[in-house]
Amino acid sequence: MAEAFIRLSGVRKVYGEHLAISDASFDVMPGELVSLVGPSGCGKSTLLKILAGLHPHDGGEVRIGSATHPFDPSRDVGMVFQAPLLLKWRRVLENVLLPAEILGLPAGESRERARELLNLVGLRGYEAKYPYELSGGMQQRAAIARALVHDPKLVLMDEPFGALDALTREKMNLELLRIWQEAGKTIVFVTHGISEAVFLGTRVVVLTAGPARMADNFQIDLPRPRTLDMKTHARFGEYTRRIYRLLGME
Amino acid sequence: MRDKLGRYALGVLAHAALILAWYLFVRFGEVPKFVMPSPGETLDALLQPNYGWWSNIVVTGTEIFAGYFLALVVGVALALVFTWSRTLEAFFMPLLVSLNMIPKVALGPLIIVWFKYGVLPNSLMAFSICVFPILLTTARGLREIEPELLDLVRSLKGSRWQLFTKIQLPGALPYIFAGMKVGAILAVAGAIVGEFLGSDRGLGYLMLQVQVTLDTPAMFMAVLLITLLGMLLYGIVLGLERWLVPKDARVG
Repeated sequence: MAEAFIRLSGVRKVYGEHLAISDASFDVMPGELVSLVGPSGCGKSTLLKILAGLHPHDGGEVRIGSATHPFDPSRDVGMVFQAPLLLKWRRVLENVLLPAEILGLPAGESRERARELLNLVGLRGYEAKYPYELSGGMQQRAAIARALVHDPKLVLMDEPFGALDALTREKMNLELLRIWQEAGKTIVFVTHGISEAVFLGTRVVVLTAGPARMADNFQIDLPRPRTLDMKTHARFGEYTRRIYRLLGME
Repeated sequence: MRDKLGRYALGVLAHAALILAWYLFVRFGEVPKFVMPSPGETLDALLQPNYGWWSNIVVTGTEIFAGYFLALVVGVALALVFTWSRTLEAFFMPLLVSLNMIPKVALGPLIIVWFKYGVLPNSLMAFSICVFPILLTTARGLREIEPELLDLVRSLKGSRWQLFTKIQLPGALPYIFAGMKVGAILAVAGAIVGEFLGSDRGLGYLMLQVQVTLDTPAMFMAVLLITLLGMLLYGIVLGLERWLVPKDARVG
């Protein structure tokens, strides 16, 4: 059994009186795509910020990296948010290059890599466009390329497809699985979409609100590559029902 | 393109029409020269060497540009510092809003007491009048930047300087330019008021000198030159905006 890449044990976060996370304990293996699912206010975004090193936690332990998969917190994190948040004044290629610039990576190699990533996310030919010339889905693809340009070991995604229409969202789910397979990254994917969480995840961690706590953590045993018709499988239904029950919707 | 050219031509036409109306009014209205000189008499004044137009333009121009540039640097820097500390912003911002309420012209006599008279106090007058719009719009622009973008840079342990140059400054630029355009007009007014209150050089000073002898053509010329200085500054700001800010991001 390989060593976990991320190990959370008893993580707690308090904002003043408000308990944002309690007793979050789970492992993420290298190369896994873990879905964090739960309603608003369950602390899933806060957990992501703790993993990104943006917020300190108040109790428990967070360890990222292992002997076989070392982790440098200053350069091994890629982030994707609900809004694409591309810089309006930069062309797509320059947008993708932002993390490489901040880290001071060699410019020539980074440009080469940014071009490859734009190919990977299906934006070949859009390098010189400005963000406003792209649709919402395309902007989010560019944001994913940006999160990968510095070759981070961990990619954190905070409801990246939450603002897209339902059809684009399904398409982006398939795209993400393909990109994940090719890029070989560990991904933590925050969502409030239950079927999205099951469809994407190798594992699902369920968080509940009021009080905020971790309610469940289980492996998703569906074949890969995932296809849309798996959503009609009996097992897919069992997984989603299990989550609905935990969230008190059944 | 043709549309644009047509509008440009109409603008030029409007200016020409105003000058023509001015000429006709003076010519046929039998207006005495000391009340309103004709366009030709005004231009004549420009040819008289005893007014020292050039050196006065340099003095007033220096005051305007120095005060304006200082306001730009101080305004943007202060707004940036406010993004580093919420306490600092909460402490200083209400104070700055109150200070902004002071009619800056009323500070003139005080500035002269503190700094004597000359280019420095007049630059400070221009500075004091245009620093607030620049500071307030910049602060607004910096606030509009999505916090997640700052998170993105922070998650890569980017420096404050990187945050400023790559995200905050270009992000706030459309707002900064909105403030700069307002400031450009105010800076000219500030410098001239300074010269009225106390100075020994400059176009505003010259106006007071020739007013005593009812030399209206020279006063008209001075006003024209001051206006041109203002247009030069405003034009530079507009040109910079066009160069630096993508069209869809411009404010106002």
